[in-house]
Amino acid sequence: MSPSIATNQTILVVGGGISGMTAALEAAECGKQVILVERNATLGGRTALMNRYFPKMCHPTCGLEINLRRLKGNRNVRVMTMAEVSSVTGQRGDYTVTLKLAPRYVNANCTACGDCAAAVDAEISNPYEYGLSKTRVAYLPHAMAYPMHYVLDPSIIGTADAGKAKAACKYDAIDLDMQTETVELKVGAIVWATGWKPYDAAKIQPYGYDRFANVITSLEFERLADPHGPTGGKLLRPSDGKEAKNIAFIQCAGSRDENHLRHCSRICCMATLKQTHYVREAYGESGKSTVYYIDIRVIDRLEDFYQKVQQDATVSFVKSKVAKIVEGKDGNPVLHGVDTEGYHRYATAHDLVVLAVGMEPETNGIKLPEDMLLDSSGFIESSQDEGMFGAGAATSPLDVNRSVQSATAAALRAIQVVHKTAAAEGAK
Amino acid sequence: MSDSNKQAIAHYRNNFLKEVEDHVEDGEWVRMCMQCGVCAGSCPFGPHWEHSPQKIFMMIRAGKREEVLSSDSMWMCTSCYNCIVRCPRKLPITHIMHGLAHYAHRLGIAPKGQPTREIARLFWVNLARTGRVNELKFSLAMYFKDGFVQGIKNALAMQGIGIGLMKARRLNPMELLGGHKCKDKDGIHKMIAKAREIEERKQKFV
Repeated sequence: MSPSIATNQTILVVGGGISGMTAALEAAECGKQVILVERNATLGGRTALMNRYFPKMCHPTCGLEINLRRLKGNRNVRVMTMAEVSSVTGQRGDYTVTLKLAPRYVNANCTACGDCAAAVDAEISNPYEYGLSKTRVAYLPHAMAYPMHYVLDPSIIGTADAGKAKAACKYDAIDLDMQTETVELKVGAIVWATGWKPYDAAKIQPYGYDRFANVITSLEFERLADPHGPTGGKLLRPSDGKEAKNIAFIQCAGSRDENHLRHCSRICCMATLKQTHYVREAYGESGKSTVYYIDIRVIDRLEDFYQKVQQDATVSFVKSKVAKIVEGKDGNPVLHGVDTEGYHRYATAHDLVVLAVGMEPETNGIKLPEDMLLDSSGFIESSQDEGMFGAGAATSPLDVNRSVQSATAAALRAIQVVHKTAAAEGAK
Repeated sequence: MSDSNKQAIAHYRNNFLKEVEDHVEDGEWVRMCMQCGVCAGSCPFGPHWEHSPQKIFMMIRAGKREEVLSSDSMWMCTSCYNCIVRCPRKLPITHIMHGLAHYAHRLGIAPKGQPTREIARLFWVNLARTGRVNELKFSLAMYFKDGFVQGIKNALAMQGIGIGLMKARRLNPMELLGGHKCKDKDGIHKMIAKAREIEERKQKFV
């Protein structure tokens, strides 16, 4: 069997989060040749930055580990990290893709021993902690990184730290001469699993995310609750590092709003209900979660999760979209608004406010081909020639479970394309 | 109770939402409200009036006709537009509030003696008479709106400002005798009558 992947029966998957990994694996396990490209230094995407999944409250490391094992055991998938798609030409069954490969400055000799990180001094804001902590300029993205190799931040080049890192490496894994490379691929079908990004909370002016230290996003809260995160899993608030025991969750932070995102992001209600569990687990009866909401939208079988949270005496629900936040005594955010059940005006102080930010399609630096059809919120539908498909949260605001379903569907559609291509060419 | 009010009640029976949609400027937006409460929380006058916009919209949908139309809330709106800017569904809340105020006034059931309503009414009467606002007469009308004794008290309290304005030639006491007016007063009256006719047609009063 030829290991060649440079034919137009190859499927390209763009994005190595949970959806991209799933689409690539499903196609590869059907015997198709797949190239999985990821622009970051590791696979795993935003899923790897979560603390727990709902509704089973299990750890994402588990699901990721299963996928990584499948990946390691499959010869049909080639994974390329730090690779960005810069252009796509051609049509269904016969695309030419140009990839830009950014230098990692670390080669495959790396054993992840960490000596380079210990040797360098400079620090950068940690991109895998939403900037909540700093990391050295030589770093491992996170504990579940794949490939399990360190990476040097480009800012290190030309500084004394570069030499220190190289000198510290016992395995000759550091290559400071790596350059940006351009690679061309021929593929038959493309799955765009380019994922999502949180809505920029600073744009919701009355909530003061950019002004008040103790107003954070739901994604940052995931990092606080994660034992591998910047606070070791303690719910410490940013302003003074004190334990946040009285926590407010604001729903629809950016979603269902003509001024921000028009769509309902669907997952945020469940995400908040899940996060009330973190508060409960951290403090027992002495913690307090307050959920400010317009409507709680938990879908199908997840309704029972909502009912269980409603029975928790430490969680209360206020039917109201918070109108504004001001900073009160000791940096405590004070929430102002009027509740819909009785129209009572409130001004309530909390230790910490978590904004359940909406999901929008990731667009930063992503050049989708002009042929792609997008919906009114920018989510991917498919290409007009039906040779390229969206998968996962790039197609709609989806949780992990539904992203995996969407990715499997996309893999099937991509397989159908390369099958037709193969039939047209008389290949077997 | 005015005739138009009786007719409206007879026509719409208990469907006040439909009545608002038909007769109130931008009233068709009321059903779009999702009761999130941001307008109520964003209103700088929020704590000082009877019903927030959010509550007014719910009351309209609940058919609370009397309470809505006699509420002072619409008259308290200062048109700061905070609610319109913040509304996640882009309801033209300020316009609806003014539309409701106008409708309640038309039907003759807006709150009596409500100061904003009174100032608006006096201003209109003053303006429509000659096509020009006579500031002196308008101020005096405001002073005396709560009776003669209160009027004298108001005038005495404000006399310093009045004299100052006269010295600065910002107030002409001769305006009390007729005052300046438009060249074609009858033309103005015709224009206003025509505008009223168009408005009545648009808001289905005819």
